[in-house]
Amino acid sequence: MGADSYGRGAFGPYLGAGTSSFTDFLAAAAPELMPGTAGTAGAATAVTPAGGAAPGSFASGLTHGTTIVAAACDGGVVMAGDRRATAGSMIAQRHMDKVFRSDDFSGIGISGVAGPGIELARLFQVELEHYEKLEGHALSLDGKANRLASMIRGNIGAAMQGLVVVPLFCGYDEDTGIGRIFSYDVAGGRYEEHRFYAIGSGSVFARGSLKKLYSDGMSADDTALVCMQALYDAADDDSATGGPDVSRRIYPVVATITADGYERLTDEQAGVYAQTVIEGRLTDPDGPPAPLHQAGTPNGGRNALPSG
Amino acid sequence: MPFYVSPEQVMKDKADYARKRIAGIRSGVVIAFEAGILFVAPNPSRALRKFSEIYDRIAFAAVGRYNEFENLRKAGVRYADLTGFSYDRQDVTARGVANYYAQVLGSIFTDSQKPYEVEIVVAEVGKTQDDDEIYRITFDGSVADERNFVVMGGQADQVAAVLKDQYRDGMTLAEAFAVAIGALSTPLKGDGEAAGGRSEITATQLEVALLDRGRPHRLFRRLTGARLEALMNGALPGKKETGAIADATAEPGEGAESAESTD
Repeated sequence: MGADSYGRGAFGPYLGAGTSSFTDFLAAAAPELMPGTAGTAGAATAVTPAGGAAPGSFASGLTHGTTIVAAACDGGVVMAGDRRATAGSMIAQRHMDKVFRSDDFSGIGISGVAGPGIELARLFQVELEHYEKLEGHALSLDGKANRLASMIRGNIGAAMQGLVVVPLFCGYDEDTGIGRIFSYDVAGGRYEEHRFYAIGSGSVFARGSLKKLYSDGMSADDTALVCMQALYDAADDDSATGGPDVSRRIYPVVATITADGYERLTDEQAGVYAQTVIEGRLTDPDGPPAPLHQAGTPNGGRNALPSG
Repeated sequence: MPFYVSPEQVMKDKADYARKRIAGIRSGVVIAFEAGILFVAPNPSRALRKFSEIYDRIAFAAVGRYNEFENLRKAGVRYADLTGFSYDRQDVTARGVANYYAQVLGSIFTDSQKPYEVEIVVAEVGKTQDDDEIYRITFDGSVADERNFVVMGGQADQVAAVLKDQYRDGMTLAEAFAVAIGALSTPLKGDGEAAGGRSEITATQLEVALLDRGRPHRLFRRLTGARLEALMNGALPGKKETGAIADATAEPGEGAESAESTD
């Protein structure tokens, strides 16, 4: 009698102690709204009529988001993402946002198929806020990162059909006062990255650039410039990554997450970093060179071959 | 074979039961002011909240049995988040949430043996004070659209009379807070002796929150600690007579009862 005497029958999962997870609630109350469910059905029907087409060939025609970079700075973390979305070899979007605020102290960047990716970011935002409202306090940064991992795990069916979504999650850890970066794989594996990381089609080039330009304890200002350099290098070598679009004044999205919270730079502010990079490249097309000889290494940092 | 009881008698008994229980609950005040909507209620518990956030511009206030209104609060957050997720954030409105509560409370009132012993308020802060919306929902699911202020709980009539007298449009936060405190302490003046004499009200005995029109995104915030102290000092500059509330010992139906089970 217990449940019925409170009229819960009609209001199902809404009433009662239930769960503090919005995703779990959504699965119970409105499963048709769960990301991945509609996507898989759509993918399956679209692929089959083509007659033996590989699942990937359908997905490759969809809009894809490309490169996201993140780097820890003094007292926080900086995230940046290019603005290009591609569909096959075409440019689908010149001004897409792929870096989102997930709550006051964290942000999520997405690469992979854009539709489910944006949906994942939206669901994740609600997930964090929902927990905070129901429980009266926010999740820990590790809790948020784990939650995102299980949400990606839930998307694995769609991922197997080619609708791959891979996020990059960054946040300011209020307990320790540092910025932290988490990367994920399609199966929901969660990996904490140190110093810097990049995901997406241009990530290989971006990471190489970050490796040479990044140093520990940089200010947020310098770190934002490093991220902009890395995105420029990614766009330089990867056709799916968009560089700063000077004529249209479209610049990468740059966001800082510090003790003051998540803050997305305005287009004017991001434009200043982009202009700095572009001006430097006019004289130095490959960007600032990293020093070859390091002070304090054996042999005085010199190589062993005789100079003669 | 159960005895026959007429529906009229059943409804009347349930309503009488709920009214009687709510009459014993201390009042809470929701009052609109220039920069938002203010929520004030005596609450000795720091863990069990009467006011909370529902959505960006919408807040929830309740008095009564904690486990029951906590149930409703969670349902409201779920309703609002689901609506916002499936449509858009701007499609979540106080009227929608109030209607949802009316349905839930109405069906609990008719279907269950015991009605909820709660009184709740859903408030949404608008772009200007004229756009503010305040709804009061009672135990049987009836909804009242209120303007400027609303009082929940047992001594609602006495408290509302003071508010009606002192409320004016465009008050500052400090003014609205002073009016709310003055109104809340009115019913206690009569039985001050019975409560062991009056003492100065302290910030720890009050729960204060507000919907702040000027903030971005989520407008709900609690006033605690130093901010509340500052507001209290402004509201009570040595006015011990008007500003005093009897020592807040938990009354039946308040936080102290929360551990009690309803089954």
